[in-house]
Amino acid sequence: MLRIVASASRPTRLAVANRRNIASTSARQADITLTVDGKEVTVPQGSALIQACEAAGSPIPRFCYHDRLAIAGNCRWHVPRRGTTLTKTRCVMARSLPFLVSSFFYSSSSAAPAMNGQVVFTNTPLVHEAREGVMEFLLANHPLDCPICDQGGECDLQDQSIRYGSDRTRFHEITGKRAVSNKDLGPIVKTSMNRCIQCTRCVRFANEVAGVEDLGTTGRGNDLQIGMYVEKMMDSELSGNVIDLCPVGALTSKPYAFQARPWELKNTESIDVLDAVGSNIRVDSRGVQVMRIQPRTNDNVNEEWISDKTRYAYDGLRTQRLTTPLVKGPDNRFVAASWPDALSAIADGLKRTGASGNEIKAVAGHLADTESLVVLKDLVNRLGSDNLASDLADKSGDAPPVHGVDIKSNYSFNSSIPGLESADAILLVGTNPRHEAAVLNSRIRKSWLHSELVVGMVGPRADTTYAYEHLGEDAKALQKFLGGKTNGDFAERWAKAERPMIIVGSAIGEHVDGEAVFSMLAQYIQSAGTRLVRDDWNGFNVLQRVASRPAAYEIGFVPSRAAASTTPKFIYLLNADEIDPASIPADAFVVYQGHHGDRGAALADVCLPGAAYTEKGATWVNTEGRSQLGRAAVPPPGAARDDWKIVRALAEVVGVDLPYDDVVSVRDRMWAISPSLVRWDALEETSLPVAKAGLASLAGKKKAATGQKLELPITNFYQTDVVSRASVTMAQCTRAFVTRESEPLAKGAVEMHA
Amino acid sequence: MTSKSVQNGFHIFQFVNAESLQSYRLQADHNDIETTCLHGSWLSDVWKNTATTARSTLSSAFNYAIQALGCTIHCEGLIYGSPSRSLMTLQHRDTPYNNPQIEFKFNPENLTRAKEIISHYPTQYKKAAVIPLLDLGQRQNKGWTSISVMNYVAELLEMPPMRVYEVATFYTMFNREPIGTNFVQVCTTTPCMLRGSTDILNTTLSHLGGIKPGETTKDGKFTVIEVECQGACSNAPMLVVNDDFYEDLTPESTKKILDAFSRGEKPKPGPQSSRQTSENSAGLTALTSKPYGPGEHCSPEFQ
Ligand code: SF4
Ligand code: FES
Ligand code: FES
Repeated sequence: MLRIVASASRPTRLAVANRRNIASTSARQADITLTVDGKEVTVPQGSALIQACEAAGSPIPRFCYHDRLAIAGNCRWHVPRRGTTLTKTRCVMARSLPFLVSSFFYSSSSAAPAMNGQVVFTNTPLVHEAREGVMEFLLANHPLDCPICDQGGECDLQDQSIRYGSDRTRFHEITGKRAVSNKDLGPIVKTSMNRCIQCTRCVRFANEVAGVEDLGTTGRGNDLQIGMYVEKMMDSELSGNVIDLCPVGALTSKPYAFQARPWELKNTESIDVLDAVGSNIRVDSRGVQVMRIQPRTNDNVNEEWISDKTRYAYDGLRTQRLTTPLVKGPDNRFVAASWPDALSAIADGLKRTGASGNEIKAVAGHLADTESLVVLKDLVNRLGSDNLASDLADKSGDAPPVHGVDIKSNYSFNSSIPGLESADAILLVGTNPRHEAAVLNSRIRKSWLHSELVVGMVGPRADTTYAYEHLGEDAKALQKFLGGKTNGDFAERWAKAERPMIIVGSAIGEHVDGEAVFSMLAQYIQSAGTRLVRDDWNGFNVLQRVASRPAAYEIGFVPSRAAASTTPKFIYLLNADEIDPASIPADAFVVYQGHHGDRGAALADVCLPGAAYTEKGATWVNTEGRSQLGRAAVPPPGAARDDWKIVRALAEVVGVDLPYDDVVSVRDRMWAISPSLVRWDALEETSLPVAKAGLASLAGKKKAATGQKLELPITNFYQTDVVSRASVTMAQCTRAFVTRESEPLAKGAVEMHA
Repeated sequence: MTSKSVQNGFHIFQFVNAESLQSYRLQADHNDIETTCLHGSWLSDVWKNTATTARSTLSSAFNYAIQALGCTIHCEGLIYGSPSRSLMTLQHRDTPYNNPQIEFKFNPENLTRAKEIISHYPTQYKKAAVIPLLDLGQRQNKGWTSISVMNYVAELLEMPPMRVYEVATFYTMFNREPIGTNFVQVCTTTPCMLRGSTDILNTTLSHLGGIKPGETTKDGKFTVIEVECQGACSNAPMLVVNDDFYEDLTPESTKKILDAFSRGEKPKPGPQSSRQTSENSAGLTALTSKPYGPGEHCSPEFQ
């Protein structure tokens, strides 16, 4: 298959010689001017004709063309009429209907330099006829099963056949239509391959973006099929995106099959919280139920992809929910209670334990939103405590984080996500971005595919979707590499790199060598002068994996040293489900606030039902430090309430006066803490002197590395938090791709042949 | 390997129980054109008499049934009427004789050749060698390209196996199911057909015990398929046995060739008539005189 890289999918920096993609061309800067439907447009050289037409305001119908994928030109669909010689524009038109082009030469005067001065018509009777013809061909083998097809209502073929197709059929083929067997691509993608129009978008996505090179086309001509040839499932954490890409109903969603029609759904633009990328999503709901989650385009964050967890964990929002306050009775069983009773039970508990000062501890979990973190911090602070912990592994959340929180660039992804595309060497330290930030990983792959990017890795080996050089498994190996004592291709390229990038996994902070790793990296960056950190480039990145963490650090939701060593008597768990039960003293009074009855609720004396991310309007800060606003799509179930309001109500009951009563004044308070928290969607960079000061503070800590192996925090990508643990689809994915318990599909086939 | 339904019979799905729309029978009979047409017209009647709204459902149910059928008998694409069921599969399913556990490796001689072929390409474009290597593998593997051959080539060329499968399924010359010792390809494209290839095909089939195109004889000596133009039209009709062309065929010479192969001999390839290569069968019409020799028309001193 021909793989030419579409211009929008090209990273900003292109290498001259390209090893990984045979067909890609190098960047060309010049602009060209052409005439579309009588209008002059100027587009960068190397744009597809379809892009030029778009720029001129003459949209061209399309199936296979997708601006984030390579151009294939196999659906023969977009047909403008052209007035000059064949140009070298990398447009599929050159292949789609050459006879149309050559037989309608306009004038040789416009046969000037190639590409420039092209004359294109998109709205003539001839074009209409050609489109009608192409549509007829497409429909010749497409089943007319729209009433039972899940794509109905959002099907490109449906729409375009109404717009451009003929009003009657000439199809009288008694042998019927093409028949293709369905493929089993796993628990997410449902196939109905009779409907496939062979645009190969899915194939291009799987190969280019997702990096699973198992999907392809078999056979040819009329018999061409999409599939894997062997029986295999689509093992990719981005597989759900092919459902969106498929212009027809060939690839549809298994969990959502026959659940709703698009016109019944209410769309709410929101933010995903199941990792720290902050993917932009659209929550589609019907009544009080979330029916599905779709990506929203944001080139600065997720382009237009989301991970399967983001997309399909939503069924976890329907089960295991806390819908009413619960108070543990004398027999150690939860009893449903009213809000006033539950809140006064907490006030009693606080009094009974006699907790004061740092003995009052709050723990922020994975899915805590910024508003409630701010309110909870205010409450705990006013109760005289600084004991603000996180539910990190191995109690490390009970101590102040090794990178500190005073300077934002010490714990953020400073190069920014689009910045990944201009990096020329990436050093991964103790992280597998594929699991910790799946969508971000696809950017690294994109850059790796289209440029000369090299990747090195210190830490456990992992299956990323790009090649990397493994430099060792522990902090000592990192030290050796930074000291220039490692040989190899990567070390050489790293030394010469103009935009080198270090990505430190968030789990490093939880490791015994965390402090040592941070300080040796900071020292290295300082000694490297302007190579890593300078005015236009900050190559030091920490990849957070938990949605609440960047916000928690930003507002200073961390314990003081004194608080860290206090034994708590009263513990408030805000969505804290990953907490180590051993960190909770037996006699402490525990409150859990959250939306799922999971590990945290099991430890509590009182449970307060909060709202999940699809049920509240809240601010989320992603790993870059970009704050974004999530919106409520459905109401919280039962007696559950917005989280910040719960904490605010509790403050009233325990007699603390908090200076806000509505969300606007809570956000005023957030503005007072850090203005960037309420500048939604904008990314505020840390200035160079501050970033340097941050590095100096890290470099100052001298601690020798023990050499214990680094560890990856995520072993099962599909189940990392309460929502995904409650999700049936994620459980199926775990069985299919992690524990691999599912039976291979067709055992019978073997017997039949035998 | 390409489908030839037009000449050799229709394949049509027949409703056995129109109400449940569940049981269909595959009519793939070679000599059954009449019956098929009958069912065909019946089917189109059903189609016409169905209310428009119901048609789409009917059509999909129809397709699902076809699909189910395609799965069970492993012949997707069959609706086009390919007579060779085994050669048309576009989805691999493990079988006792064809699964990735069966080991395949080039023998030392082929490995040397493979390395030589690979060396023709720049190292980063090694994968360009995929077609010659698959061919080499097919030859070593008794004339067919098993899944293990494809996987081995993928490994050797460091490319994703799916890219190799794409190539192997694209080119019909790669047999993805076992074949007999002699692989007989009868050309039935228009020029050959005009020159009587239907006779040649029928002779071949009946002479080999009444097999159908795409099938292998019971003794495993012959597999016969129909192919498109082999570029030997000037000597039509023709057939190919393994790597050799047998041209200017008549039913008699066809039988002779097949007999020779079944005895394990190899008859002389080329035109089976008396003519030289593709010279005019009616004798020469031009250049009939003796060509003049060197210096013949020159002045005496140069003669
Ligand atoms: S399955 Fe869908 S996306 Fe893939 S080739 Fe077919 S129509 Fe295109
Ligand atoms: S969109 Fe242009 S050929 Fe498919
Ligand atoms: S048609 Fe038979 S060889 Fe050309």
